[in-house]
Amino acid sequence: MSLIAADHICIRFGAEEVLHDISLKVDPGEIVTILGPNGSGKSTLLRALLGIVPAAEGRITRQPGLKIGYVPQKLMIDRTMPITVRRFLSLPARVTDAAADEALSRTGMAGQGAEQMTTLSGGQLQRVLLARALLGQPQILMLDEPTSGLDQPGEAAFYRLIEEVRRETGAAVLMISHDLHVVMAASDRVICLNGHICCEGTPRVVSTAPEYRALFGLGTQGALALYRHEHDHAHEDGHPHHHHHDPHHGHDHA
Amino acid sequence: MATRTITITILTTATTMLDDFLVRAGLAAIGLSLATGPLGSFVVWRRMAYFGDATAHAAVLGVALALATDLPIGLGTLTVALAMAVTVAGLSARGWAMDTTLGVLAHSALAFGLVAVSFFPSVRTDLSSYLFGDILAVSRGDLALIWLGALAVLALLAWRWQALLTATVSEDLAHAAGIRPDRERLVLVIALALVVAVALKIVGALLIAAMLIIPAAAARSLSRTPEAMAAIAIAIGGLSGLGGLGLSLWQDTPTGPSIIVVAAGLFALSSLRRQV
Repeated sequence: MSLIAADHICIRFGAEEVLHDISLKVDPGEIVTILGPNGSGKSTLLRALLGIVPAAEGRITRQPGLKIGYVPQKLMIDRTMPITVRRFLSLPARVTDAAADEALSRTGMAGQGAEQMTTLSGGQLQRVLLARALLGQPQILMLDEPTSGLDQPGEAAFYRLIEEVRRETGAAVLMISHDLHVVMAASDRVICLNGHICCEGTPRVVSTAPEYRALFGLGTQGALALYRHEHDHAHEDGHPHHHHHDPHHGHDHA
Repeated sequence: MATRTITITILTTATTMLDDFLVRAGLAAIGLSLATGPLGSFVVWRRMAYFGDATAHAAVLGVALALATDLPIGLGTLTVALAMAVTVAGLSARGWAMDTTLGVLAHSALAFGLVAVSFFPSVRTDLSSYLFGDILAVSRGDLALIWLGALAVLALLAWRWQALLTATVSEDLAHAAGIRPDRERLVLVIALALVVAVALKIVGALLIAAMLIIPAAAARSLSRTPEAMAAIAIAIGGLSGLGGLGLSLWQDTPTGPSIIVVAAGLFALSSLRRQV
């Protein structure tokens, strides 16, 4: 049984449809990465799976009692709240000092439990968020651009850690990224998203898919960041796909 | 035999002490700060200051309602404060422009309340006691209600503490952990209405929000964890209550504002510490 599954969900913000007809599932022990350009609805999809954003259509099913370790992209703690890293790790479930120390040293934050959360750098904050997520002994880790605050060695170490966690605990991982190369190596399955699922499969299959190349401008300009979604890319048969060419539909033509 | 005599003596002393209006006033101030310390901390963390104002100002309307219907004042203020708090919470969940909406609601509630109260000549004379509090006139019955209300708020917050704190740090993290942030917000709303009903007699409708925010803000620079901040806010609130009482007796100033003046002084002292 899948840990978490979305069945033909659509998400709308007012009249604007940000996600169209998304179906996906994550099985135990899998590492699945969602790739897509900015504004493609990646974070929204993750938040919908968590139940934060309601789906206008379709259904989301979670295994009953599923333990999720969520690492949001950002965390803005109001400066009026004094809270140490150690105290933060005990939210909402209290953990022992030994467990907290272990989680912090695993994520490279050993001995920093007494620091105030509001003084951490972006990278440190992400490590603390990951430590907290691991403490809940999750069956699935859901990570929203988990390496955006890290430098390159930090990033490589981060993916090694994720792989290690999966090996030791059997936890599934569903993460968002816009970084192609590292992700490709670290994932079992990749889903390309741009308001809808453009293509999905193993990293090898996806990296050669025309949809993927179109999405990231590979082969046309050679620049990864440049997004040229030409609307002429072919979708597999049996995958009915509607492009609503109304002005609200979220395709930006760069 | 001896212990029994001592017990009786202590009890008699305690009851006679309660006869003293000053002792009652002091105990009322301490009781109130038990609730305003932790709740005020949440008001500060969640930036609900204006929300507190709107709820507190609605209390004056509650006084009018109670007089019109012959209900106890406490019940009237509790009802109207709760209605106001739930309305505001509902509007904010629907994403209204909160700054403006709260401004409109807070001040209209106060204005409507003052107009409504003016229809009761008996109140007209001591309207200022509802606006600024009348802690020196706290009766034994008032004192019992203040402590009951404050302990109820404290118990409610203690019960929901971990979930409330998680939802305050991040609604998304709360969601992912199976906590419903909207439900936790409702807990705060109920607590706030209770505090307003309790605090009306002590600091008055105009300064309830100040009693929530100032001690908590003063506690901020002295604490490293949320629990420490809540506890220090209780201490600063109690100290302000007793200090304000003293100031009021010494200079014959209105007690409610005197309490806030002392609290503001303590806040200034605490910010000096932050500079160092």
